Amino acid sequence: MTADLTPGDTFDPVTFPLTRADLVAYAEASGDPNPIHQDEDVARSVGLPGVIAHGMLTLGLAGRAVASWTDGAEVVELGCKFTNPVVVPATGSVDVVVGGSVKKVEDGLATLALEVTCDGEKVLGMPKAVVRA
Amino acid sequence: MPVDQSLVGREFPPTSQREVTREHVDAFASALGAGPDGTVPPTYPIVLAFDAMNAFLAAEQIDLFRIIHGEQRFAYERPVRVGDRLTATLTVASLRQIGGADIIGTSSLIHDADGSLVCTAKATLVHTGGAS
Repeated sequence: MTADLTPGDTFDPVTFPLTRADLVAYAEASGDPNPIHQDEDVARSVGLPGVIAHGMLTLGLAGRAVASWTDGAEVVELGCKFTNPVVVPATGSVDVVVGGSVKKVEDGLATLALEVTCDGEKVLGMPKAVVRA
Repeated sequence: MPVDQSLVGREFPPTSQREVTREHVDAFASALGAGPDGTVPPTYPIVLAFDAMNAFLAAEQIDLFRIIHGEQRFAYERPVRVGDRLTATLTVASLRQIGGADIIGTSSLIHDADGSLVCTAKATLVHTGGAS
């Protein structure tokens, strides 16, 4: 059973803390060994402010939020631009916050506009999910 | 070194078939802090798209560490299920240079063992070049 989704509905934001250990686990499970997600020196050598989370890890967390809001509705589209890096400190964690609202419901499909932030700054550009309503 | 402009429109060979196992789905979900309950996360097809991207990078001798993910879009024909045997076929859709970086648009079609399209994964890859 899917959630009752109405245009204008706003969902409670979900907070996901991320640590360097999470990046190691995601690299292993996803098969993405890019060292910019593990090694400070490599990350800085390509102009990044430090070790950053995999964009796909951040988008994956957005997917989790969508599943929690919609009782696991079937996702038919998911996407975003990766506009700002999520810098993950060597110790401690950083919070990724996912918010969202229902943009439209049409032909049995609900379009959700998402907002994904880190330290109050948007990290994904126009993240969007379309689910079967 | 800039990426060769003649790449636009080129289709790379399909990746070798990858079986979607319960173990791997659960490991992937756990790495997102979810499950594990056998539910396939919507971002799971990135595993296939990443196989295809790696083959493309190897063929073009591009270093993975110089690649930053600029954009990702998935369109699903149906959900991925445990037991699927999937391949990805990558096409270079566009290529432009901005401020010394190559912006590479790719589209990977993910098919099941019957040849049915399961998911289209479009990625923009930012190649930061540099001396190599």
